[in-house]
Amino acid sequence: MKRTFIKLMAVCLTLLMTLPMLSACGGSDEEIVIGAIGPLTSGAATYGTSVRNGIQIAVDEINAAGGVNGVKLKLEFLDDEGDSAKAKTAFENLMDKGMDVLIGCVTSGPSVAINDLVLEEGILQITPSASQKEAAQNPNSFRLCFTDPLQGTTMAEYAYNTLGYRKAAVVYNQDDSYSTGILETFRAKFTELGGTVAVEAPFSNSTEDFSAHVTKIQDTDADYVLLPFYNDMAAKFLTAAAAKSLSLPLIGSDGMDGILNYLQGEDAKLAEGLIYLTPFIASDPDEKIQKFVATYTERHGDAPDQFAADGYDCVYVIKAALEKAGVTSNEIDNAALIAAMKEITVDGLTGSVSFDENGEPMKGAKFAKVENGQYVAVQG
Amino acid sequence: MKTRLQRLLPLVWAIALFGVILLLMVTKVLPRSYQQMLPTICTYIIMAVSLNLVVGFLGDLSLGHAAFYAIGAYVGGMILRYMTAIPFGLRMIVAIVAAAVVAFGVGAAFLYLVRKLRGDYLAIVTLAFGEFVRSIVKIIPGTGGSAGLTDIPTIAAGAFPAKYIKAFSWSYLVMILCIFFIVNLIRSRHGRAIMAVRDNAIAAASVGINVSRCRIVTFAIAALFAGIAGVLYAANTAAVNPADFDYNVSIEVLVMVVLGGMGNIGGSIIATIILVALPKILLDAAQYRLLIYAVALIAMMMLNANPRFVSFKRRVGEKLGAKFKSLRKGRA
Repeated sequence: MKRTFIKLMAVCLTLLMTLPMLSACGGSDEEIVIGAIGPLTSGAATYGTSVRNGIQIAVDEINAAGGVNGVKLKLEFLDDEGDSAKAKTAFENLMDKGMDVLIGCVTSGPSVAINDLVLEEGILQITPSASQKEAAQNPNSFRLCFTDPLQGTTMAEYAYNTLGYRKAAVVYNQDDSYSTGILETFRAKFTELGGTVAVEAPFSNSTEDFSAHVTKIQDTDADYVLLPFYNDMAAKFLTAAAAKSLSLPLIGSDGMDGILNYLQGEDAKLAEGLIYLTPFIASDPDEKIQKFVATYTERHGDAPDQFAADGYDCVYVIKAALEKAGVTSNEIDNAALIAAMKEITVDGLTGSVSFDENGEPMKGAKFAKVENGQYVAVQG
Repeated sequence: MKTRLQRLLPLVWAIALFGVILLLMVTKVLPRSYQQMLPTICTYIIMAVSLNLVVGFLGDLSLGHAAFYAIGAYVGGMILRYMTAIPFGLRMIVAIVAAAVVAFGVGAAFLYLVRKLRGDYLAIVTLAFGEFVRSIVKIIPGTGGSAGLTDIPTIAAGAFPAKYIKAFSWSYLVMILCIFFIVNLIRSRHGRAIMAVRDNAIAAASVGINVSRCRIVTFAIAALFAGIAGVLYAANTAAVNPADFDYNVSIEVLVMVVLGGMGNIGGSIIATIILVALPKILLDAAQYRLLIYAVALIAMMMLNANPRFVSFKRRVGEKLGAKFKSLRKGRA
């Protein structure tokens, strides 16, 4: 009987010892591991996928050119499905993989959710596209894209001053802080300039049909419609708008980018004339942008959107900071790296960017328009 | 004396398991991603076991268990967030008690209103109730609306691995107490009454059981534990959002209960561990993750329903049990 007991113990011990093998091996000795988190599945999957593709191109370019001060970069991208809890799991997974620098999260909610976890580890965090204000609140967290409040004011100024509109109708997603965040600053700025908001029509994540919203807008004398939400919902809205022949001009936030991915073939006409704020337009003749677009198109079959460009720029920002901090191995002094972030200026695809004391980007906005099924830059 | 000892045996095992896991955590043998998973597993075990009380033992189908989870998370989260005058440990206890009371009250009131409904009808109403709670919390001041309640003081604060040890200890302790209560409830007179109502409500009424009251109280008790699980969730994640409690959560918990076997508490626990851990372990499989998860789920359900596998499981269980007994005798 004693033998059975010993056998049992042996089995238990063996199991115990194999357990560490379940964990991924901690980062390699020579590479700097860039961890990244974003949605690769679920509703926001196009954003995460674009960012990942953009990062990968930049990492490959840098490695092909010999790395950063001779050190190669390695990308580990994990899916969070745009969910806060899953983002935390992904973060811990990346720490197990020996992450040195974090790009992420791609969407706002998860980005804010992991903020404090990242602060605890002290590593550099830069989000390519989380626009909620809190996403860059910690001393170690930076942001490459515009904030929601800034988008709201920029769009109000553009609509009032440049396009000369006076009465806005706003359709927004009440479940999404991105949408409500833009709405608030837009409303404040637009009324301050002298315009009025004729109607605010909220919808929720589960809304499928927008005809009621369109009717509501048509009942007012608004002269344009503001759409501060993401493109999966925008596709549904545009379908309803076309069905009810809504003829007002439409202006979207940067979540509209990639709208044509949702409107294939004949449906592409629905987005005709839509104007939206974006930091990146693939048809821009700039040489660097065209090179990126060519590489991206060759690899993935379609043109990159702003999220891909954001991801790409993030890597070059990190590279510049690593060089500024004089990093020559994967032993990184996080404090020096974070200090270096505030001293660099990177001429990226989304414009020339530097960072202020709060980790916010300093760069200009561009507006794009959908014309003949293409995204075209408009003068802002 | 012997029977009493035997009854306490699971508790001894629970403590031993706690010790082993704690050791693995302190020595960092368990990687970070696994350590982070542990409090979540504890939370979901409370959810699954309490839902099992309704679905398995009472025989009512609930698709709105996440509603009480949400109530607990918001009540607990707001107490943790705003009542900062009380020291943290005490505040956790206050939060748990308050969430339990509120969830119990809401659960009782809800089932009182719909006590005439059973089966599919009740299921649909609970589903609607889940969405109702989610919409209501958005308009209550102090909940943070659709952006959610953030900056909740967390039990997972501090450096690694101390933060997860703390979070796990809290969650584990609360979980054991919850399971202990539910198991004892089922073994008690009230538990027999609950099962009698499930098996034949008319017969139960004929022997003097107040069927309506029994259903209301049982449902409310299940709600109470879901509320407690909600507090753990809020205290673990530091942020709660209405989107965290949609009907998918209710369905997920129901899947755990069905997979583990209705009316089988041990089964619920094992199924929960598998179903929570699986997606996280598969994280590296990228886009195949959801596919593997779905296939695994179908396979497990089919296997579990297979009579041959059931008898195989029983045989293995008996064999192990016999071995165990002889082993203990041998040592004595």
